[in-house]
Amino acid sequence: MTEPQSQNGNTLVQVESLKKYFPIRKGVLSREVARVHAVDDVTFSVAEGETLGLVGESGCGKSTLGRCIVRLLEPTAGDIVFDGTSIGGLGARKLRPLRREMQMIFQDPYASLNPRKRVGTIISDPMRIHGIGDRKERKQKVENLLRTVGLSPEHYNRFPHEFSGGQRQRIGVARALALRPKLIVADEPVSALDVSIQAQMVNLLEELQDEFRLTYVFIAHDLGVVRHVSDRIAVMYLGKLVELSPAEELYTRPIMPYTEALLSAVPVPDPDLAERRERIVLEGDVPSPINPPSGCRFHPRCRYATEICSQVEPPLVDYGNGHLAACHHPLNVDKATLAQVQASPAHTPEAADPSALPEDPGKEHAQPVPRPD
Amino acid sequence: MAEQLLEVKGLKVRFTTEDGVVRAVDDVSFELQRGKVLGVVGESGSGKSVTAMTILGLTRDKNTAFEGEVAYRGENLLALPEARLREVRGNEIAMIFQDPMTSLNPVYTVGDQIVEAIVTHEQASKQEAKRRAVELLRQVGIPNPQQRVDDYPHQFSGGMRQRAMIAMALSCNPDVLIADEPTTALDVTIQAQILELLDRLRADFDSAVILITHDLGVVAEVADEIVVMYAGRIVERGAKRQVFYDPQHPYTWGLLGSIPRLDRPKPKKLHSIEGTPPSLINLPQGCKFRPRCPHAFEKCFEEPELRNRVEDRGHLDRCWLTVDQKRSVRESTIAGEERVVA
Repeated sequence: MTEPQSQNGNTLVQVESLKKYFPIRKGVLSREVARVHAVDDVTFSVAEGETLGLVGESGCGKSTLGRCIVRLLEPTAGDIVFDGTSIGGLGARKLRPLRREMQMIFQDPYASLNPRKRVGTIISDPMRIHGIGDRKERKQKVENLLRTVGLSPEHYNRFPHEFSGGQRQRIGVARALALRPKLIVADEPVSALDVSIQAQMVNLLEELQDEFRLTYVFIAHDLGVVRHVSDRIAVMYLGKLVELSPAEELYTRPIMPYTEALLSAVPVPDPDLAERRERIVLEGDVPSPINPPSGCRFHPRCRYATEICSQVEPPLVDYGNGHLAACHHPLNVDKATLAQVQASPAHTPEAADPSALPEDPGKEHAQPVPRPD
Repeated sequence: MAEQLLEVKGLKVRFTTEDGVVRAVDDVSFELQRGKVLGVVGESGSGKSVTAMTILGLTRDKNTAFEGEVAYRGENLLALPEARLREVRGNEIAMIFQDPMTSLNPVYTVGDQIVEAIVTHEQASKQEAKRRAVELLRQVGIPNPQQRVDDYPHQFSGGMRQRAMIAMALSCNPDVLIADEPTTALDVTIQAQILELLDRLRADFDSAVILITHDLGVVAEVADEIVVMYAGRIVERGAKRQVFYDPQHPYTWGLLGSIPRLDRPKPKKLHSIEGTPPSLINLPQGCKFRPRCPHAFEKCFEEPELRNRVEDRGHLDRCWLTVDQKRSVRESTIAGEERVVA
């Protein structure tokens, strides 16, 4: 759980230039008038046994991305390769056997369990659908699962409303585990729970990962929880992947200014520290994904933005050690790394130092900006 | 010493339900001074929202029984007739609710809703009130308030709606502002904006704020004094630094330990408080935290009272352990290593 495993372990999920646009239709003919760019050209991979944290503000596309990975949504373009099989364009029938391998845990434990079904049925239904075991074996398995997630087998015949939020989320986890999947996409699994229960849940998910060799894509907006569970963390902003980094490094050395702002916005439960530290308060709201800003999508709220940021979209650049970021003015990068990165022809990043601002931003399109020293 | 605006004394709230009597709030006392922020921390069901709503008389019902007193400038709000209470509510004590999506009326414009609050409490003309509404929206940081005042709530984002709620709450210059989880539904970046705004407004308007939250981080940023609630009771109360740096109650330790912290190295395992909060209908005997407390001993079957046990006079707690015992096991409990004292 501590080492970033992106380079070694086998790749379980490979997301390639994934795009998901939602059409907005209007009028009698339901003509498409605009598109919500929910996920826009995102590429990354998840290694077996790894936990990839996916963070960002609401509306950044993290849930849409998670749903595309388990193919609850069909991508507009791009592909997802799961365990060697391309699943981006697979039809429902061909997907079905693969669905056993990937499961999802949902955010709201009150809405994600059918209130009219008993717990036993909720957990055993995935097995029934996939034709696993007979009735008796399934009951046996459900009872074991209930024990695994910290509930009691006697809960088998109860209804969801008889449980507290934390217990319901445990039922959701048991259901996800029922088919022994390889991958679990957990979409905000703890954000609806009280803090003390949140910690129980996080610990449970970690234990289960060790026990069942699970791979997690852990979607959350709480940067504290994400740091605790993740090996690597991907930061999204308005449908784009803006930074991808080994977990600890993201917190000590954020490269993208958006990540820096996000981290500084997290309140610290320590009054003296809260008073001392400088807080970057981002102005305004996240812009609309229907009509995202040109160039770098973060530039209207970025304190380092220059003219190039509104014109050229920064590519995702590798700064070494598996730390990728998309920014024209990277933070916390030493000169040597920067020089190396600039050597690659596609890239135009420069230091976030104000003295390093381009003199004539009009030229930036054509070639990399030389650093002024 | 600053002017004391509000004093809650021995407040008890009970709801009679089909399943039994819910003891939502039990013996809660605190004071609030002008210009101060009181942070009320606790999990769902700890009674923090019921306390706030009771101050404003929003829990009045034939199935609700009250005891104690809520003194606001010499008047007991609990005994006030509804008509007089309506003058206080919104005008002198205002509330910001948790969910900005559901607490604004979707069929009226944001401006109309603020204007309504102003003309209800003051002798202002509609035009005058509208001008004030625009000014308020500007103060809470809504861009283009001239135009946005005529927008409907659905045209606002979550953060803007919460700002509009705050503008409405501030419309009559209240002395006391009660904010019930004002940032819980928001992203961290927007939360930072709102907290900064609340802090600035407290200074500008010189009001007192009761900030209800489950997030100790939020409290650390803005509160002056902290009340920690569990199962309808106050289990610890003190100045912010006393509670954070010398916490006396095992439940406070549990809360401090369960937050994954960005300012500390990552622990192997998060400290979690075992079990779930008790049912308020069927409370455990003695200390209400006893069944979940790793340090419980025989004495805990008797309920400890909330009183001062440490050197600092204003720092109160509800725990039988001696101060030395607490200080010796506290760190390991917060870190999640369990060690029993008694």
